[in-house]
Amino acid sequence: MDYTRFALNPETLPGAVPVRRATVNGETLRGICTAVHESGGLLHALWGCDERDREGGYLLRVALQDDAGLLLLELPVDAAQLCFPNVADTFPAADRMQRAVHDLLGLRPQEGDTRPWLRHGSWPADCFPLRRDYAGSEPPTAEDYPFVRVTGNGVHEIAVGPVHAGTIEPGHFCFSVVGEKVLRLEERFGYAHKGIEKRFETLPLMDGQRLAARVSGDSAVAFSWAYCMALEGLCGVTPPLRALWLRALCLERERIANHLGDLGALGNDAGFAVGLAQFSRLKEDWLRTNQRAFGARYLMDALVPGGTRCDLDAAQRRDLLDALPPLTAELGVLRDIYDDHTGLQDRFTGAGCVPPALARRLGLIGLSGRASGQSWDLRCDHAHAPYDALAVHMAGRLQGDVAARVAVRFEETLESLRLCQVLLENLPGGDVRGSMPPPAGRLGIGWIEGWRGPVLVALEPGADGSIRRCHPHDPSWQNWPVIEHAVIGNIVADFPLINKSFNLSYSGQDL
Amino acid sequence: MNITTLITQLTEVILAVIAAPLLMGWVNQCRSWLQNRRGAGMLQPYRQIRKLFHKDAVIAAHASPLFRLVPYVQFASMCLAAAIIPSLWTGLPFAVAADTIALVGLFATARVFLALAAMDIGTAFGSMGARREMLVGFLAEPALLMVFFTASLISHSTSLPTIVETLAHGRLAIYPSLAFAGVAFLMVLLAENARIPVDNPATHLELTMIHEATVLEYSARHLALIEWSVALKLFNYTCIGLALFLPWGLAAGTHSPGDLLLAIPITGLKLLVAGFGLALIESLNAKLRIFRAPEFLATAFLLAVLGLLVHLLLGS
Repeated sequence: MDYTRFALNPETLPGAVPVRRATVNGETLRGICTAVHESGGLLHALWGCDERDREGGYLLRVALQDDAGLLLLELPVDAAQLCFPNVADTFPAADRMQRAVHDLLGLRPQEGDTRPWLRHGSWPADCFPLRRDYAGSEPPTAEDYPFVRVTGNGVHEIAVGPVHAGTIEPGHFCFSVVGEKVLRLEERFGYAHKGIEKRFETLPLMDGQRLAARVSGDSAVAFSWAYCMALEGLCGVTPPLRALWLRALCLERERIANHLGDLGALGNDAGFAVGLAQFSRLKEDWLRTNQRAFGARYLMDALVPGGTRCDLDAAQRRDLLDALPPLTAELGVLRDIYDDHTGLQDRFTGAGCVPPALARRLGLIGLSGRASGQSWDLRCDHAHAPYDALAVHMAGRLQGDVAARVAVRFEETLESLRLCQVLLENLPGGDVRGSMPPPAGRLGIGWIEGWRGPVLVALEPGADGSIRRCHPHDPSWQNWPVIEHAVIGNIVADFPLINKSFNLSYSGQDL
Repeated sequence: MNITTLITQLTEVILAVIAAPLLMGWVNQCRSWLQNRRGAGMLQPYRQIRKLFHKDAVIAAHASPLFRLVPYVQFASMCLAAAIIPSLWTGLPFAVAADTIALVGLFATARVFLALAAMDIGTAFGSMGARREMLVGFLAEPALLMVFFTASLISHSTSLPTIVETLAHGRLAIYPSLAFAGVAFLMVLLAENARIPVDNPATHLELTMIHEATVLEYSARHLALIEWSVALKLFNYTCIGLALFLPWGLAAGTHSPGDLLLAIPITGLKLLVAGFGLALIESLNAKLRIFRAPEFLATAFLLAVLGLLVHLLLGS
């Protein structure tokens, strides 16, 4: 799209994905956000940096996606005013990110929600952990969090979590209901805040991918690849082709493992325990194959900057290839069972519906976005190596209900199985690890289509091979607020099923 | 009432109380097998109950005495029901005291107490569970009554042992009305015992629970009693079903010791088959959306009424 009227002069960042960077002022930022939104673009991430030791003041970074790739806007924020223009009116997904920026850095949008998001009284309201002069804080103070009240005849609240009856991550869901019907859902997260961004600043550059892999354990490959991609962009190197193919193999294996788990869990949440048993068996076999080939069930630390940690020998390749046809066949059978099961389809169809127009308005992305007509997949749209050689088929549905998200999962799993076959059969020869010169750039961006959606890592190197700032961004940031809309008008008892059909990360967005 | 009948009565209740967790364990084991899982074994419910009895109870600070009382009320109601239901033999002296209508009332009383206890603590889940439990209950009870009425019309009595005696030891006849009533009863059994497709006894998702949500706050011995009475309720319902629709093999009122001993393995065998059938139904179905439960139970009621009409119109 055309930014000439904003007098924007973007600089293209080196790296595997198309990223343009430009410095803007507040007015231009809002203008570009509106223009990008009107042309069908999205907000991907919004985060802040403490730059008082360099240029003075702070920096707010907004990552937008348009048809040419990622557009990274940098807005200098004055250290005395600590204030930036609100973009949540254009991109509703920005609201929680802006609140997190305030909790961590003390920068405040000029208008909008001022409640804390990540801060649960774990540090005082006037302490900002991501500032460079932060040196620990007082013991926690308990605070009230003002939930939005719904009043009316017969309206009552059901508060669920953060501790749940099952072994799942912590999150609080406040339902306002009449009888069984949900009038409003308000989410409250941040219980899994671990200070990951602060921890990055104490790690060496060449080691950061290990922490990145642990941002959200189910997306270990996506995050570590995004980190490595950002670092390789900074250093101006491209990993050997064999390493890239192996990375893609890991990423697709991660996608398949998660989809298998979700498909089983979705059956179970609809009371169809046979589905869970069968998919759990398939997933377990798959994870054990991971263990044999890569030494880790969830492919933790399989990737390193410059390549991959381990290589596959002929026997391991054979082992991986042999596992594909039986899984494809079993998946076909299970898909038929799911499709033909009246009870399951009755639960799936129409539940948690996000129509395409709402999905576009709220910026739903990734797998759930593709189930709501938001046909956008990084592996197809801005295919980096090796995806440029694979011609990935993008799955998609328009209905936007649980059934659509189930169907997209089935399609993507089958497509990923095909990709695994191609990747294993045509694996190029050569090294799996290249050399890593010291970083030349100031900012590197990694952008990878994980199983849940695109994950983004923005990496700034410090002096002597340290990390100055690293911001990992999970698509759950954008998609969690959509669930609040998806459940309106549904019955409370269907919420677990709807929630599972999105299966978003708590840890990935609590950081 | 002589001493022999008293002993047989007591034996029946004690056997029911002891065997109930075994039936539950069998159903769960069959479910595991049907899902290609190994399962925890048929004795798992006993281990669970034993474990719970060895734990210290945690009770909410706001709990009233009612909350502590309800597990005992539940257990006692189910024991009493076991005394009325002819699971092994029909010569039950206690059965004179209560007919099928009283039996339905007994189940309803237990349910009301459970709902009260669920609301007693004041948590959102308890009230939600109580609300849903009563919704299922008030739709299931009329259907159950209609099933009993169909059977009573055949035997001209509402006393369960008399009905069973007529069906088992009267002239051999095929009753089409009982076929309708049988399907209706099966549907009521699934709903009343919180089984799939109405409720999911294995779920950990608070928001989808019906029965489980009402007992979320119970722990230790209270929970053990509740779980035991849940098992006993399933046992009772299965025995009612077997007595009404497959009454052959039950010892008659004028029994010889040989008949009594023979009734035990026959009933055991029938329970094994019924338990497997239940597990099969549960494995093949998904849970209904909660507002489909009324449709499900309305179907049960309709079938029971059809059974009644078939009997009145065809006289069979």
